[in-house]
Amino acid sequence: MLHIVNKSHLERSALDACLRIATGGTLLLIEDGVYAALAGTPGEAKLRDAMARFKVCALAPDLEARGVADRVMEGVALVDYGGFVDLVASHPTCQSWL
Amino acid sequence: MAEGTTRKVMFVNRTAPYGTVYALESLEVVLITAAFDQDVSLAFIGDGVWQLKKGQQTKGIETKNFSPTYRALEGYDIEKLYVEREALAERGLAPEDLVVDVTVLPARELGALMDGQDVILSF
Amino acid sequence: MKFGILVNEGPYQHQAGDSAYLFCKAALAKGHEIHRVFFYHDGVNNSSRLTEPPQDDRNVVARWSKLAADHGVDLVVCVAAALRRGIKDENLAPGFRISGLGQLVESAIGADRLVVFGD
Repeated sequence: MLHIVNKSHLERSALDACLRIATGGTLLLIEDGVYAALAGTPGEAKLRDAMARFKVCALAPDLEARGVADRVMEGVALVDYGGFVDLVASHPTCQSWL
Repeated sequence: MAEGTTRKVMFVNRTAPYGTVYALESLEVVLITAAFDQDVSLAFIGDGVWQLKKGQQTKGIETKNFSPTYRALEGYDIEKLYVEREALAERGLAPEDLVVDVTVLPARELGALMDGQDVILSF
Repeated sequence: MKFGILVNEGPYQHQAGDSAYLFCKAALAKGHEIHRVFFYHDGVNNSSRLTEPPQDDRNVVARWSKLAADHGVDLVVCVAAALRRGIKDENLAPGFRISGLGQLVESAIGADRLVVFGD
């Protein structure tokens, strides 16, 4: 399954809920969710652990808009909106963790 | 998708009631979906479990109390209600505190159930 | 592939509507079909033709209308959510129509994928 998270992990529990409940698949970070993909933060270990179960992607236009495209941790795949579409198409279901 | 096909549709509820409209408007979609003869289930995760808390009295905030509607779901053949065990524990809640009978599942088992769905609606 | 889209937040307040629009545009460019975009909760405010953003800002409503005109995308606004928020036929932008929640359910079960954009 494709799991979409659009909230900052520092403000909201969406990412935590997703990582606690989802069995695996692909995790796509969009909108304010992209902050979780940054290297050199205390939250990095959490996402690093998640990589054992998930392929982790982040929406590049959202990273660029927020001035953090150069800080993405290793192992996170960057996609544009076309890549977002491909991810939805290639997974039988998707869930937005609103 | 051909007409008449039954799909597994899960509603994922992660918000508490009243503070925002999502819980109420999600429930409205659930009721409409009942008319479509689908395999419907509801999952209550995180603060979503507060939607089911017994004893809601909304007169003081001049808003409609919609919690009795969860008890009416059975009449619409919607009987699969799942609650995240960790969410209850974190909030000091027990199944007896809820307005309806639910199946309490550990987080990861709930996740496995999600994996088996055709459509997931979240609000 | 046939996509159904659900937009739960209003324009200019939340990025959800922008993300949904950019997703639709990218999907159409790849030859996919957008079965329907359903606007719910504050998302219904995406449909007001009275919207007038400053000239240097994107026009969210006009962008949706153009998507409907160019690609025949069905833009459906939830009637109950719309009436609660003062959206009626008389202030509906071109390409939008007001209908019931059944249209969302039909899209959810009839499309190959449903993608939800919200808060």
